[in-house]
Order: sequence, then C-alpha cells, then structure tokens
Amino acid sequence: MSEELNTGIPTDSEVILGILNNSESVLKRLYIAYFPMVLQLIINNNGDGDDAKDVYQEAIIILYNKVKTGDFELSSKLKTYIYSICRRLWLKRLSQMNRYGGDIKDFQEYLTVDDETEKNNERDIQFNKMGDALKLLGEPCKTIIEDFYINNRSMKEICEDFGYTNADNAKTQKYKCLQRLKKLFFQQK
Amino acid sequence: MSDNQLLEQIEKYLSGEMTRDERARFEILRNENAEINSKVTEHKHFTGLIKQYGERLELEKRLNAIHDEIDVHALEDELMIQPSFIVRLWRNHHSKISVAASIAIFAALCTMFFTGYLNNRGGNYVQLSEKINKIGAKTDQLGRTVKSLNPQHAGDLNPGNFRGTGFAISSNGYIVTDNHVIKDADSVYVQSSDGKSYKAKVIYSEPATDIAVLEITDASFKTLGVLPYSFKKAETDIGESVFTLGYPRDAMVLGPGYLTASTGFNGTNTDSTAYQVSIPVNFGNSGGPLLDNRVDIIGIINAKQTHVEGAAFAIKSNYLLKAIQDIPVDSLKKPINTNNKNALATLSRVQQIKKLQNFVFMVKVYNQ
Repeated sequence: MSEELNTGIPTDSEVILGILNNSESVLKRLYIAYFPMVLQLIINNNGDGDDAKDVYQEAIIILYNKVKTGDFELSSKLKTYIYSICRRLWLKRLSQMNRYGGDIKDFQEYLTVDDETEKNNERDIQFNKMGDALKLLGEPCKTIIEDFYINNRSMKEICEDFGYTNADNAKTQKYKCLQRLKKLFFQQK
Repeated sequence: MSDNQLLEQIEKYLSGEMTRDERARFEILRNENAEINSKVTEHKHFTGLIKQYGERLELEKRLNAIHDEIDVHALEDELMIQPSFIVRLWRNHHSKISVAASIAIFAALCTMFFTGYLNNRGGNYVQLSEKINKIGAKTDQLGRTVKSLNPQHAGDLNPGNFRGTGFAISSNGYIVTDNHVIKDADSVYVQSSDGKSYKAKVIYSEPATDIAVLEITDASFKTLGVLPYSFKKAETDIGESVFTLGYPRDAMVLGPGYLTASTGFNGTNTDSTAYQVSIPVNFGNSGGPLLDNRVDIIGIINAKQTHVEGAAFAIKSNYLLKAIQDIPVDSLKKPINTNNKNALATLSRVQQIKKLQNFVFMVKVYNQ
C-alpha cells in the first residue's frame, strides 16, 4: 500500500478489512476522517468537544463490535452510517439531560438506527459491570485474571511473575479468583 | 474430579490443548453429563465477557490516543456555525427580551391611558369650551364660598324648592306626606306620575309624628279611582320584605328592602312610632309609602330623621290612621274614605307598581 493511500479517507471496504485485521493505521485514518463531521453535529446542537469525543468513540465501538461479530452489513455509505449512529446517540443524551429543544440541526443525510444503539447499550452495561467487578476483586487476582484471560499469557509466565513455587498453587489461586469474579459480576444489578 | 480439576479440563478443552483421545473422552463426558455441559457453556460465555472487556478497554485506549492527536479546538472554531449577531442575541437573551418588551408595552399603554391619549378627543374647540365651562363653574363656586363665609347674608339666601313624596289616602284627593317636607311652605303642588301638576293645600300637620295631610284643591283634579291598597293596623314583623316608591329625582324610583327593626331611632332615643328599614332612600323619598308584599301600607318613609348609615325610618301606619282620625272635621270639605280592600296582593311586583304609581305623587314645595 502506498504512503499516499495511507493518509487519505479510507474506503469503506478498507475500513471493514482493517477492523477485521486489527489494523492500527486504518483505525486512525477512519477516526480522523469522520471526527470533524460528528464534532460539527454536536457543537452546533448544544454540545461541546468532549461530548463529541464520547459520542464519536461510542459510535466507532458500535461499528467495531458489529464488524467483529460478523453481522455488519453496509446498506449505505459508511459516513452516513456513522453520522446516523452519532445523531441517534446525541439525541438520546440530549433528552436525558433535558436539553433537547425539539429540533436538531443536521449536516448530513441520515438513516434510522434505533436497535443498534439499543444493542450497544446492553454491551455497555456488561462492560461497566465487568470493570466494576474487576475493581472489587483487587490484587493480585485482578492481574492474574487479566493476564490469563485478556492478555493470553501462559500459567507458567504468571507463575514466575508472582513467584509461586509451583504451577498448581497458581492454578488454585486463579480458580479461586475466577469464582470470586463470577460472584461479584452476577451480584451486581 | 474436583471443581478445580474440572475447570482445568474445560479450559484445556476450550483452548484446544487436549490431545485427540482426551478430547474425545471429554466430549463423551460432556454429552453424558448435562451439568458438565452447562458448565462448559457458562465458562465459555464468561471468559468471552472478560475478553470483550479487555478488547474494549484496549480499543478505547487506542481511540483516545488517536483523539489526542487531533486539535479539537481548532476544528471547533472552524466548524461552529456562527449565527448572525441578532440571532445570537435573541438565542441567549430571548426570555429577558420578552419580559422587557412586555413591560415596555404595558408601560406605554399605561401612560397612554393616564394621559388620556386613548380617550376620544373631540377637537380643540370642545376642549376649549370645556375649559371655559370649568372656569365658569369655579367662579360660581368661589362666589358661593364667599357668600357662605359671610353669616349676615345667610338670611338672604333663597332656600329654593323642596321636593318630597306623598301618596293618596282616599280617592277624592287627600294625600299624606311628611310634615318636614311641607314645613314653612308658601305653596304646595303635587305632581302625578303622568306629569300633571295640581295645586294642593295643607289641611293638617302633626309635627310630633312628622305626618301632614294635603288636599288637592286644583279645579282640574278629578277623582283618582278606588285605592288599590289598604292600611295595615297591626305591627309588621322584622324581616318582612318591603318596598317604597318615591321621587328622590324627577322620575319615580322603586326602593326594595327589608324591615330591619320594629323601632326607630332619632339620634339618642328609640322611637316606637317608627320602623327601621334597610332601603336606599334619599331626601326626595320622604313621605313615600312603605308597603309590604301584600301591598298594604305599613308606614311612611321619613328619611330626613335618619342619622344612621344604611338605615332609613318609616312612621308606622297606625299613627297615620290615628292622625287621619284626628283631623278637625271643619277642615275637611269631603269625607276621607280609606280603603280596607286590597286589590293587588296576588299580582306580580311589576303589575303592583303599575297600579300603584297613579297614587304616588311628587310633592313640590315653594317658599320664598
């Protein structure tokens, strides 16, 4: 891929492939390409730069998850899709803050995308629950779980890091940690 | 197999670290034992959640890193739509502007109202003539003030005309009124409700009860016809709804009200010859008949003695009957035949008054 292509707005299929391949550069180009559009929408409709950042990142995460789970079907331009998601998310926030005056100034054409933001809402809740549960779990359990299940490190490496004398001890520890994490996770409302 | 070992097996199974044999054996176990099977799915789901959490965290970190490279402020300045000055002013301050505008309109209307701008102004001529009239009136007022300030002129004042009310006590022209109405009269005229004036003469007066009897002496007077009302001899009770007809001004005025006390009050003493009534009366009402609902005469209004706000007094009718009997026979040219029959009791108030008005007179008194 030439250098020139790497800096411009990525094509829609480039983005999808890039997400699937965890491409850092595509993600960056995608982010930079459409952020101004979303910023324009938010700051001209009672929001500020931070609101724009939150909404835009949430939209990117929705897109990301959808592509990763394989049920993404692009029925319009990616630009329109992202704009629609952000518009929907921002309307929701405005009405939550009681700042929604009944009309919104639009800068792009958009689609109705209700259920996708709803689905993402569930993911959000689980994400927050997991974050809280891990926080409550405390050290060293948190690190053990993160290392093993998220960073895919082997029990042997973890064993060495924590100075366990044998792998069995470490395994027992990890087992206990996982049980506690489950408890904490499901206890939350 | 302990839970711990089972978990290890499950993890091995899920990560594909098992040998073929082990895997086959575990799958059989999984198929046979539903508990183990559900544990496998549960574990898979939960570790999936942990993984998702990690990925999301990672993604957010990446996005934040990208975001930090963007100059948001510069973009914001570039993308912010700057509405025109007026629009911005209105958006930021529209509530204040609305309040200010309504106050301004209100103030303007008030000013216009109080300065008379909203009144229809006739031309300047009208205003000027009004002014001249006012000045004339003021001069008159001044003259009067000067006169009243000079006590030696008091006797020179022309007392002018008095007016009261009277009503017929017989069909042949005897009329009763208050003594204070005709007191010091040089000449007395009575005027019927249709506007005809007749000369009358005082034939009897009783200052103690404030009753006076007039006789119409005018040649043009014909008989009045049968009296529609009778005179009540018994006392009337408090609370009875009563009314009077009189001439407080040029036209006959109905005064409805209630009998509020069985005695009168003349400033210091209770006066058993009178009723107190709650009827709006004026000086011109003096001498008018006080009638109850059955249109019996129960008294004569003598408003002049009233010193109490909102109350009037009426001489009781039995004193009137006594006064009629006391009239010296030699001053009567014709007999007085008071009526005992009441012809109006069942009529409506409007009909009653239509019949009554021919028997109620304005008493005009002239003295020099």
